[in-house]
Amino acid sequence: MKPPPFEYHAPASVDEACALLASLEDAKVLAGGQSLVPLLNFRLARPAHLVDINRIADLDRIYERDGGIAVQALARMAAVEDSELVARVCPLLGLGVRLVAHRVIRNRGTVCGNLAHADPASELPAVLLALRGHVVARSKGGTRIIPASDLFTSVMQTTLAPNELLVEAWFPASTGKYAIAEESRRHGDFALAGAVRYGDQLALFGVAPTPVLADPRQPTRGLQPTGDLEATPEFRLHLVQVLTERLFAA
Amino acid sequence: MTTRWFGARVQRVEDDRLLRGNGHFTDDINESGDRALESTIVRSPFAHARIKSIDVSAARALPGVVAVYVASDLPFGGTDLPILIPHPNLTHGRTQRCLASEVVRYVGEAVAFVVAESRYIAEDAADLVAVDYEPLPVVITPEAAERAEHLVHDDVPGNVAAELIQEVGDVQKALEAGPHRKHLRLRFERGAASPMEGRAVWARWSSSEHRLTVYDSTQSPTSIRGGLAVLFGLPESDVEVIAPDVGGGFGPKIMLFYPDELLVPFAAMQLGRPVKWTEDRQEHFTAVNQERGQVHEVEVGFDGEGHVLALDVDFIHDGGAYMPYGIILPIITAAQVPGPYRVPNYRVRFRDLYTNAIPTSPYRGAGRPHACFVMERTLDAIAAELGLDRIEVRRRNLIQPDQFPYEVGVVWQDGNQVVYDSGDYPALVNRALEMLGPRPAGDHIGMGLSPYVEGTGVGPYEGAHVQVLVSGKVVAFTGIPNQGQAHATVWAQIVADQLGVEVSDVEVSSGDTRRFRWGVGTFASRAAIMAGNAMAVAAGMVAEKAKHVAAEHLEADPADLELAGGSVRVKGSPDRGIPLAAVAVLSNPMRYAFGGGTEAATQFAAKPRPGPPLPEGEQPGLEATGFFSPVGSAWAAGCHAAYVRVDPKTYRLEILKYVVVHDCGRLINPLVVEGQIEGGVAQGIGGAFYERLAYDAEGQLRNASFMEFLMPYATEIPKIEIDHIETPSPLNPLGIKGAGEAGVIPVGAVLAAAIEEALGVPITEMPLSPLKLFELFTSRQAGVVG
Amino acid sequence: MKVNGVERPPTVDARRLLSDHLRHDLGLTGTHVGCEHGVCGCCTILFDGEPVRSCLMLAVQAEGHEVTTIEGLAPPGSALHPVQQAFHECHGLQCGFCTPGFVMSVVGLLREHPNPTPEQVEEGIAGNLCRCTGYASIRRAVHRAVELTR
Repeated sequence: MKPPPFEYHAPASVDEACALLASLEDAKVLAGGQSLVPLLNFRLARPAHLVDINRIADLDRIYERDGGIAVQALARMAAVEDSELVARVCPLLGLGVRLVAHRVIRNRGTVCGNLAHADPASELPAVLLALRGHVVARSKGGTRIIPASDLFTSVMQTTLAPNELLVEAWFPASTGKYAIAEESRRHGDFALAGAVRYGDQLALFGVAPTPVLADPRQPTRGLQPTGDLEATPEFRLHLVQVLTERLFAA
Repeated sequence: MTTRWFGARVQRVEDDRLLRGNGHFTDDINESGDRALESTIVRSPFAHARIKSIDVSAARALPGVVAVYVASDLPFGGTDLPILIPHPNLTHGRTQRCLASEVVRYVGEAVAFVVAESRYIAEDAADLVAVDYEPLPVVITPEAAERAEHLVHDDVPGNVAAELIQEVGDVQKALEAGPHRKHLRLRFERGAASPMEGRAVWARWSSSEHRLTVYDSTQSPTSIRGGLAVLFGLPESDVEVIAPDVGGGFGPKIMLFYPDELLVPFAAMQLGRPVKWTEDRQEHFTAVNQERGQVHEVEVGFDGEGHVLALDVDFIHDGGAYMPYGIILPIITAAQVPGPYRVPNYRVRFRDLYTNAIPTSPYRGAGRPHACFVMERTLDAIAAELGLDRIEVRRRNLIQPDQFPYEVGVVWQDGNQVVYDSGDYPALVNRALEMLGPRPAGDHIGMGLSPYVEGTGVGPYEGAHVQVLVSGKVVAFTGIPNQGQAHATVWAQIVADQLGVEVSDVEVSSGDTRRFRWGVGTFASRAAIMAGNAMAVAAGMVAEKAKHVAAEHLEADPADLELAGGSVRVKGSPDRGIPLAAVAVLSNPMRYAFGGGTEAATQFAAKPRPGPPLPEGEQPGLEATGFFSPVGSAWAAGCHAAYVRVDPKTYRLEILKYVVVHDCGRLINPLVVEGQIEGGVAQGIGGAFYERLAYDAEGQLRNASFMEFLMPYATEIPKIEIDHIETPSPLNPLGIKGAGEAGVIPVGAVLAAAIEEALGVPITEMPLSPLKLFELFTSRQAGVVG
Repeated sequence: MKVNGVERPPTVDARRLLSDHLRHDLGLTGTHVGCEHGVCGCCTILFDGEPVRSCLMLAVQAEGHEVTTIEGLAPPGSALHPVQQAFHECHGLQCGFCTPGFVMSVVGLLREHPNPTPEQVEEGIAGNLCRCTGYASIRRAVHRAVELTR
């Protein structure tokens, strides 16, 4: 399983990256690669161009702003996991990151990459949604803020345009009650179903094409989850009920 | 002979190079600095289709591509691959051809072979091979095969490749006469061995030496060698096959003559450069043999005390699209159903059916897990019906220690009858219960216990060659390869005991036809018994010769000599002896010394004696070749027991305690045996609750990757407690029994019973999952008959 | 890129995976390939000191960075690294295919947590697959490695 041929670009700045994304047809951004490279190896993704942003300096910061935590495009999940700042200001984010795959994957994988990849079973999109955070998208044309509620549109689809680079994700400070519960088959696997509690907000993942906000008293209302090898729609609905009860029991 | 090493927890001699990254796996091979061409196989994406045309022109034209082969390019393209184990009941045996050209019968069947400068380019070229398929109806499940609405092979009626019926006693009569009867239907889905190293082949043809050299991640280099010699019309002496380090076998690598095993050497001979092929993980799922698909209809007759009076088992085996391995798997199930129990009337019928899926051949356990599941679930059902304790029902049916040798009355996979040589099954059950201890507190907890037997050490034979070098070092060779079972350590222990040297003085080499030409293979828990005993025979012969040579020198009677401490010495007088190295020198009368003490064997230095320097009938050197061929299999046994908890909300399985009592006769190296058991249990847990092969109705495997084929990580495997008992086998001089597959065999039965109790739903199938338990539980709640 | 302390020339082919570059261009075949989708861990190496899947990196991405493979843990002829030694003592390997990946992961774990809690040990070995050992001996090896590095 080897990647198909592509043209490789390694811009040294965000501007250069955006210029490339504006001019190239059929380009994909390579950040952590933990989601993209498997797709390349399986030849399920065959982009004509690969724009590797790992050479861009000063794009890996985790810092505080506007009452929350900003995580730049090249901040690795492991760095977020280990960050004292995150632990202090937005522990819900730290909790979410800890559930993503295994540490070795988090050593390379990025928070922004995970959000842009928009796997419906991922934890971080649901955390962003529950916290009502946003992402910052840069293009040749300028900068755009996309709130979480406007970002995820469908399975692996976001409102990011092909010429846009996701440069930062912003997570409001998490105060008060927060928790994440998920059911997966093995430790580190994608969730069959998952739930994020923030205060009295509930966000679900793994049970819809995107993360969704739900009513903790009627979490399954309106949900039409799909079935796959490890969970039927009925089982997913059942798990949503169980996880919600668990999160709101305390 | 010493007994210093036998039974000792010797640390492995293999480890250093493996730990340093100096292993030599087939994909690592880069001999003679002559970079091998790489390759890939174009495979059918359809489970059943007619091939209307194959166009390789675009692939051939791609820069970097050296050759693309289809069936018509191969001199053997029209030859059916061999049936490895013919059997009179295999009346409709069909095998595939190296490359398909007319019909494909499973997703993954090989259609074209692309050779290029790199695997990357080969895959690019494979994308360009255009095959026009006309899909045909697909038969996927064994039940569908049995219904035979569609045929996998036009000339095989009912999709039945083979049918075999065996009967002991009169089952019908006993069922009718007995006070109780119960029917069960027990179903197993396919599973996959999934070793961490996939398959790989590397080949080079040297026209100057007229020699074909092949490295192959196989469990039987001698068989591959023989097959290649026949296929290419080469003398066997011109073909050498080596299994270098192999990253796990577990069965699928004993399947022989996968198409690549012929294509790679062929291409090497054609192209005048080494050629290699290394499968990737996706290919492994679609092209490497699997097994475990079976459906069993069981009818059991029993009395009020739970004694089994009669057992009728009728099962169908999912044989896949072709049957190169014959009908060994269902034969094993049929033979092993009675297990450690007395079954006075037993009838077993099986039909081996074709399906449009990968051919089946052994995967660790090889039919025994099913047999164990059938018997154990049946006993649990009897206990439930009568309201008796499950363990007590087992005790009442167990074969007792004074009943050996015990004839079961059915045929075994080596063609002999099944006869258990020795064992103590009640002791296994008692010890397992003791280790298991009291039930933990809490809700939704269940217990499972399953004894089992394991037929091990089938023939026909294995051999070994042992030589003491003039340096004093000992080298030992055998024909069968290893895949991590510590053969080099274990056999060194046996040889070291025979020769009175250190384990570190013995260097074992295996699976290399250049070093030892005869052998069968590593499979069916046979290597320790077969090669181990052969090593003992050969080393024993060397020891006798050493005594003979030394006796002359020491002016003693050979019967008064012993080998110990690296010397041959007089018993009771450890100072009167000569080093083994010196004996090696003396065993080879020399004219020209070349240092290393060899002066002592030259004609003026050596002790004069009458007769020719090399006595009649003798050979020079301190070496011997020995073989071991068993009269019958040695039957290992064991008992597993566990407590589990099933979460009533998430249906998650938590194994609270798992214990194993194991009897493989005399243990050579407990460290190695425990490792085999721990690995086997993990594989069993994976196969019972995490892994499955999700074929859809079109025969597509929907989870052909490690992301979706859920092999357990460390976090899914609980601590396992192990104890041993030893009932030596009378069938081989070392008294040993095999241990390789033991860990896997009863796990399904144990977990099924425990989950059934924990959740209160009948479990009649494998594998399980939280989804499966949710569905069983909710449908039961809804009153639907399960 | 620097591999095991030695400067190596860059790779030409952008799509060449780091795992293939190490194995076949540099001849360091101790890093193994089990899946090429990042799940099995056989290809784990240290990238700037941290465990990373070499099958999920392009070789070009390693330029300017430091890669440590299994061969770099203990120079030839010298004693085994404590983690390697511990695996040996505890029978933590059978076929040896997953072993380099495990060893590098454990080296990474112990660099981060020289005295790991049982939970940290579990987390540290949770991302590598082994089909031979059933993991018990690997767990024991990690605890032994902690003792040896103390």
